[in-house]
Amino acid sequence: MELFDKLLPYLLSGISVGGQYALIAVGYTMVYGILRLINFAHGDVFMVAGLMMVYVSTWAPLYVAIPLVILLTVLLGFVIERVAYKPLRRAPRMSVMISAIGVSYLLQNLALYVTGGLNKNYPTIPWISDTVSVFGATTKMVTLVTPVLTFLLVVLLVQLINHTKIGMAMRAVARDFETSSLMGIKINNVISITFIIGSFLAAIGSMLFFTNYPGVTPTVGAMPGLKAFVAAVFGGIGSIPGAVIGAFIIGICENIIKGLDTLLTTFGVIQQPLGLSTFADAFTFVLLIVILVFKPTGLFGEKATDKV
Amino acid sequence: MEKSRKKLNVIITAAFLIALYALTILLDAVIAPTSRMYMLITVIQKSAVYALVAVSMNLLNGFTGLFSLGQAGFMLIGAYTYAIFSIPSENTASVYQYYDAVVTFSFQEAINGLFGLEATAAPGLILGALLAMLLAGAVAALFAWLIGLPVLRLKSDYLAIATLGFAEIIKAIFQWAKLGPLTNGSNVLRGYTRLSDFTFEIGGTSVSFATFVPVFVASMCILLIVLLINSSYGRAFKAIREDEVAAEAMGIKLFKHKQMAFCISCFFAGVGGALLAMFMNTIQAAQFKSSMTYEILLIVVLGGLGSVTGSCIASFLFIACSEWWLRGLDSGSFLGIESTIFRSGFRLVVFSVIIMLVVLFFRKGLMGQKELPDLFRRRRKPAAAPASAEGGASK
Amino acid sequence: MKKILALLLALCMVFALAACGNSSDEPAGGSEDPGAAESEAPASGDNVIKIGVFEPQSGDNGAGGKQEILGMQYANSLTPTVEVGGVEYTVQLVYADNQSSNDKAVSAAQELITQGVSVVLGSYGSGVSVSAATAFGDAGMPAIGVTCTNPQVTQVSDTYYRICFIDPFQGTVLANYARELGATKAYCLAKQGDDYSVGLVNYFVEAFGAENCIQEVFQEGTSDYSSYVTNAKANGCDIFFAPVSTEAAALIIDQAATQDLGMTILAGDTWDSNVIIAAAQGKDNVDIYVTTFYQEGGNAEFDAAFKEWINSDSVNLENNGGNDMIAAVSVLGYDAYYVALEAIKAAGSTDPAAVLEALPGVNYQGITGNISFAEGAKDATRDVAFIKYCNTETGVWDLIGEQGVE
Repeated sequence: MELFDKLLPYLLSGISVGGQYALIAVGYTMVYGILRLINFAHGDVFMVAGLMMVYVSTWAPLYVAIPLVILLTVLLGFVIERVAYKPLRRAPRMSVMISAIGVSYLLQNLALYVTGGLNKNYPTIPWISDTVSVFGATTKMVTLVTPVLTFLLVVLLVQLINHTKIGMAMRAVARDFETSSLMGIKINNVISITFIIGSFLAAIGSMLFFTNYPGVTPTVGAMPGLKAFVAAVFGGIGSIPGAVIGAFIIGICENIIKGLDTLLTTFGVIQQPLGLSTFADAFTFVLLIVILVFKPTGLFGEKATDKV
Repeated sequence: MEKSRKKLNVIITAAFLIALYALTILLDAVIAPTSRMYMLITVIQKSAVYALVAVSMNLLNGFTGLFSLGQAGFMLIGAYTYAIFSIPSENTASVYQYYDAVVTFSFQEAINGLFGLEATAAPGLILGALLAMLLAGAVAALFAWLIGLPVLRLKSDYLAIATLGFAEIIKAIFQWAKLGPLTNGSNVLRGYTRLSDFTFEIGGTSVSFATFVPVFVASMCILLIVLLINSSYGRAFKAIREDEVAAEAMGIKLFKHKQMAFCISCFFAGVGGALLAMFMNTIQAAQFKSSMTYEILLIVVLGGLGSVTGSCIASFLFIACSEWWLRGLDSGSFLGIESTIFRSGFRLVVFSVIIMLVVLFFRKGLMGQKELPDLFRRRRKPAAAPASAEGGASK
Repeated sequence: MKKILALLLALCMVFALAACGNSSDEPAGGSEDPGAAESEAPASGDNVIKIGVFEPQSGDNGAGGKQEILGMQYANSLTPTVEVGGVEYTVQLVYADNQSSNDKAVSAAQELITQGVSVVLGSYGSGVSVSAATAFGDAGMPAIGVTCTNPQVTQVSDTYYRICFIDPFQGTVLANYARELGATKAYCLAKQGDDYSVGLVNYFVEAFGAENCIQEVFQEGTSDYSSYVTNAKANGCDIFFAPVSTEAAALIIDQAATQDLGMTILAGDTWDSNVIIAAAQGKDNVDIYVTTFYQEGGNAEFDAAFKEWINSDSVNLENNGGNDMIAAVSVLGYDAYYVALEAIKAAGSTDPAAVLEALPGVNYQGITGNISFAEGAKDATRDVAFIKYCNTETGVWDLIGEQGVE
């Protein structure tokens, strides 16, 4: 019980940040499933969504700002795909990936230019920024809202993919790009919709993330982006539930590592702190390499061998 | 015929190198640090370093077809190895201000001590720096070998993300406080032998080799890489790039050759890291971000994947644009045009738009897979060009 | 062999291009400086002396750097000329943005040197100053550290001087004050690889006793400080010492309020900023004390005039963070400008070497107190720090007192 008490605040932080990673990770995993592209710019779309909120909320009330930001983010995702990825459809995969890195570089530099490189304060969204107490640990409402909302959105998405026409088209394209285009599926539309869904989730994710950690800088999307990608690989790329579970695992591990020195000294395992919090970010990549080496298809990945 | 041509090439090579080196020494002598043209020297020094790292990345990504994004991590290893073994004992205490340093000597002073010279004498400085650079490359290659064991079995983007991950892990390890006595934790390393230390008294006048050193080291390393690419190993690498299955069927040991390309590439990335440390005066693990790898990758792509010449030219253009030519975009006045649009950060926006344009519309980069002679040959003999140019390129 | 030839030709071409860049840059170099921003183009025919402003205008410390520049700009607007050897010179501020990043600092410094400045002021943030010190030293360029408090700044090269107090002093003051508050156990949080916070934490720990301190670091790019706050609570600490950049500080304050930290937060001079006030206002469960260089109200005349100047221009107001609260760094920036002018006057020349020689002899009565250098010292003699408390209700800094070290 003492262990639970000590662990609870870390778990809460982990679940919260994990849910936000999950919303980004779904975008990665869907795009990768269809295009076989690591969309490096996805983390930066997430950052731009945060930045847009900062600027839009200066002149619009929140009930206008929130839908508007979601719309703009979706538009951004759509435009990026049309401009930077569509012309390279027949090019080698490496070229597309380099294009993605280029887009990421462009978005970060644009944000740097617009903000003048300064930290911008995210507006407070009422209710979800309220403080609540859970089993003695205090936290923001958003911590509790995030996993619920994530779960709801993912269930909706899975329904969409399994039970609608466009969902069927997505699955077909993910399985076989060439054949599905021969069968009359409009590949470009399917890909655009994938990007739209991904950006939509990133926009929601950014609202939750920045409500919790209200500072937006041009590079703020890079690390969550990479971690979300790792989460997608961890869960099995192409699998949406996999990405979500992977994201929660990464979020929780990361926070436990930050508190590991304290936990270990409290329980007398070590006498001197080891400075383990240095590895909070790096641990994500250790997980990645372990999973790639031992189970390259991830926890829930399909058994397709040509991927890795 | 073939033999005499080779002989001629050797003579031309030597002449070119000597002319190039003379030019660097001349520039160092002529341009004062407070002169506006000093930026040229800075750009040459930095682009020599980046050219080496870009060529080493090209060896992997362009010639072997292995998409690795770990370059910054291996440069970090090289830079730290070089710095740790080049900090003279008199500076150790002030650099390692929070730790008891384990390495309290520098190769430079140790070698001078061996010959009974004073600590900062020229022979030890040169030999010590060389030794530290070699060690930097070797340590980076050793890490590469270890990392290669698990990750080189992965393909394309999985390999990319795994190497990127390793670069982050390396960065975290070097910043770990428990390794502080060796790496100074996450704090800066400084006080080691820098480029401007290569100034020697020759016949009563002091001659600066600050630009010569990086250009010389980088050109020699690139020369070695070119020789490797043209050897039978190089042909095996290219075969792997074109088609792994076919290459294996032809008797090329896949893993062995991949491992070899990876280690060699990382060796030179390590040497490049050491040169970067000499250039930057101070180094810190936090500087070796993944964005550094992306920059180098963009240089390789701009120059053309699979072209050594392209990487060299692109690194000069890239560094010159970002450090020098486009500076005006940040400060209100560019090419005589003044506008409020030109404020801090605009340079990088323009720069990234240019890069996107190249990536989208000039996918082959400046040089494609061609090297410079291919261009010359085509221009000289338009009639006979296609056949011989193809032959030259594939050789 | 062909490839070798190719390589050589390539290198040749590189140099040819270099030469092109060279010649194309020359004509532009006359009256316009393409390299760095200038405050205003001086009238032609004037004698101009350039002072380099080496400050972060973007990145982690961008907000603080901009405030420090404001002080210099204000001083420049009051005293735009200086007499050098009997001739009137117009002072021109030349800016270079070091982007709060150690690797960008060197090229920013290089840029100032090639602009032909006579003396350099800056920087906010110690890491960038340490990195650039070698470049300034190699060029024999005198530099005046304004608010970089890490002792290393002036140790790296012979040309770096400093007009503020340093971290061994500040760390001791903070540790003494923590004891005064009745604290027995401190949680110390620094940013990994940041000379300023790592250094200040180190000197605080030295003064407070290592056995009474829990030390942790966070990585660059961290937004989630919840687990660090949890750690501080779990370790039963009664002081949360986090002398980090304002960017991280705002997030830490937010997290501390959310999780009801329940201990005093202590920090150094960086936190003396309206960013902190903005983050803490209305959060009645955070207690913040900081040490700093100057207290608003210390010189009413100066304060009023400076506020008027800030309010007169929307750009100034924006650079100051949207209101007219006076940051201590601005006042030190103001003093630094005059110290530079004193040195230039004493030197009677615009030559950096002469200014460097005259700098140690400067004795100037600034707004923040007397600035002079003891024999052989490169740090100005400073023995007082102000301690301020963040009033979360009224949104201002309350002065607690002055403190020195015996």
